[in-house]
Amino acid sequence: MTTEVKKEVAAQVPAQSWFLPVLLTWVAPGAGYYMLQTPLRGALMGGMSLLMFALGLLMRGAFFEAQTGDMLTTVIYCGGYAANLASGSLYFLAKAFGYNAPDVAGHVVDYGTKFLVGSGLINILAMVDVYEIAARKKS
Amino acid sequence: MPKMALSHFEMAILFSLITSVALGITGKTGKQEQIRYAAYCFGSFTLALFGLGWLMYFGHR
Repeated sequence: MTTEVKKEVAAQVPAQSWFLPVLLTWVAPGAGYYMLQTPLRGALMGGMSLLMFALGLLMRGAFFEAQTGDMLTTVIYCGGYAANLASGSLYFLAKAFGYNAPDVAGHVVDYGTKFLVGSGLINILAMVDVYEIAARKKS
Repeated sequence: MPKMALSHFEMAILFSLITSVALGITGKTGKQEQIRYAAYCFGSFTLALFGLGWLMYFGHR
């Protein structure tokens, strides 16, 4: 009974435009959730993305540069570059402040690079989540 | 800027923890289900970490 009422109410509420919240989430991780009145979700997702990015910087992880060549090189470097770009303002701020750690051998730097990529992937997850909430595909 | 240096295991656990929280939030709706799913993801990550670790150890001998 209650579920049916909830479904009816959800169907009556028009889906709002998803473009701005998704764009805002890309620019500032977690920010798009505030537009959708889910601030706790936004704080947690933004916080996780920021924490992972900060840990990546502290480990002196390297940013990927788009590179083409054989199949594996293209997938790894272009994919890594796209994931770095997905961090939005975090990536551009780090670049603007002159962060340019070299990709040297060592497990700490290697993990740092993965943390920086992971931060972008978490932000992509957040963008998809924001889209689904805005389009009323998820509550 | 200070440099962080942790062991393989510590970094992998940290990565698992952060990723599990993000997956828990986006993967399910409802607080209880989200917490349960995040714990499930973290458990799976840890299990895979130990499993692959032992596999590599025996593969290297």
